Amino acid sequence: MSVLAPSVADSGPGPTADLQRLREDFPILRTKIRGKPLVYLDNAATTQKPRSVIDIERRYYEEWNANIHRGVHWLSEKATHEYEHARDTVRAFLNARSRREIIYTRGTTESINLVAQSFARPRLRPGDEVLITAMEHHSNIVPWQMVCQLTGARLKVVPITDEGELVAGVFERSLSERTRIAAIVHVSNALGTINPVRQMVAAAHARGVPVLLDGAQAVAHMPVDVQALNCDFYAFSGHKVFAPTGTGILYGREEILEGMPPYQGGGDMIRTVSFENTTYADLPAKFEAGTPNIAGGIGLGAAIDYVQAVGLERIGAHEHDLLRYATARALEVPGLRIIGQAREKAAVLSFLLGDIHPHDVGTILDSEGIAIRTGHHCAMPIMTRYNIPATARASFAFYNTREEVDQLFAALEIARKVFSR
Amino acid sequence: MMDLNDLYREVIVDHNRSPRNFRTMTDATCTAAGHNPLCGDQLTLYLKLRDGVIEDVSFQGSGCAISVASASLMTEILKGKSEAEAARLFDKFHALVTDTGDESDPELGKLAALAGVRQYPSRIKCAVLSWHAMNAALHGESRASTE
Repeated sequence: MSVLAPSVADSGPGPTADLQRLREDFPILRTKIRGKPLVYLDNAATTQKPRSVIDIERRYYEEWNANIHRGVHWLSEKATHEYEHARDTVRAFLNARSRREIIYTRGTTESINLVAQSFARPRLRPGDEVLITAMEHHSNIVPWQMVCQLTGARLKVVPITDEGELVAGVFERSLSERTRIAAIVHVSNALGTINPVRQMVAAAHARGVPVLLDGAQAVAHMPVDVQALNCDFYAFSGHKVFAPTGTGILYGREEILEGMPPYQGGGDMIRTVSFENTTYADLPAKFEAGTPNIAGGIGLGAAIDYVQAVGLERIGAHEHDLLRYATARALEVPGLRIIGQAREKAAVLSFLLGDIHPHDVGTILDSEGIAIRTGHHCAMPIMTRYNIPATARASFAFYNTREEVDQLFAALEIARKVFSR
Repeated sequence: MMDLNDLYREVIVDHNRSPRNFRTMTDATCTAAGHNPLCGDQLTLYLKLRDGVIEDVSFQGSGCAISVASASLMTEILKGKSEAEAARLFDKFHALVTDTGDESDPELGKLAALAGVRQYPSRIKCAVLSWHAMNAALHGESRASTE
């Protein structure tokens, strides 16, 4: 999905506008904000939810609510069935070999913390290394810093170029006999960069280094096949793929998960408990202590069904069209600087508008009903890399339209006027 | 654009573009750094006190238009005020931007231009950052954060 913006933006709704009718599936997209129709361009922060997801959560609470994995009564069996069925949906979505490789978590953050604490921490010795990149979200930095501090291991960081790509060859050269794990973002939330993770996994495996991929920004926008990627762990959040908040997934290769100690102790993750000895449940229950977000998990299954029905290839093509169109429009705005110009890029437009502070841009857009994200995007090292305090970021989903891109740029023109008085 | 012009009034745009008293002060009697982690606004406030009166006040730093204009307007109004008067203004300004203050209060003067912030709760921290730094400096603290 390379982005070579044409010098003049094409006009019209674009070749992939047929997705527009799916907007009706998202009740919130009919909302008015400050009296103006909502233009939601903050999809990298969280995505909106289709009616099917909202309905199934309501249905769970109205018709099936019970605790799972323990009741002999009908409701508990039904809730268990729906929750476990959603796990099968996730397995197929990621093309994992087995449902035992699909662990429910609260989100990407918890998935990464689980791997840091349960996989990395027992293996790390003083002088060992954890390899990450300079474009990681804080949730793929801090968990590793924490285990490094506890074990005396070191965090190594692959730098990025001015365009927002990993500096060629550094990742490969940074893999050493001391590297115990590499943790890499699949798609950067702040820059939009799509990393060549398949090749990176191959390079790491050639040195015997396992790889975790942070897929938070990937799964809603492109097909992900964990067997093709050949990664050892893959983490994502439900809420970024049209599912409820507080849901997430850790995919882990079964033989690796088998060898890992539990992350948290409690109910559901045990086989037998006595005061002398406790034996743990099999995968995936071993990593799922306590009553989970049952409604959310079922909602995640419904969200994935929805995405699959639309088709990730179609979604990718439409978002690519939006990015291409928005980038072309951006290049026509005097003083607009795009942060993140990788050749392989997801539909994220991070930018600065002259010397107007991103938060002022965000407030002016808000007054026009347009929701974007402004700030450091939980990636402060990226802001430091570019020597900027923050960026404004428009991030697209398949329900966005070229018309909304036009509204974004009309509002940016207002911002320029307000500040040139 | 009604709301917008209410927030980004001309006096704010002007003070953001050309902040007053925007300089370091070598003979300050107290200083404090202010930090707003949400916006990344950073400023250092300098005060020169003599006999309980603010003889000079200046600031340095970077931030959004609301925080820079607010700091600039604050330095203008604080000059010549006593510590007690500054504390009173702090309370009045806080009330102004958090919905209970009276925009027409003559004591607030040009600060009334920031009343529009009320409608944007996420921006209140930007408006009060310099005031918190002033408060910290007067109380002998070196840092203020809007967290």
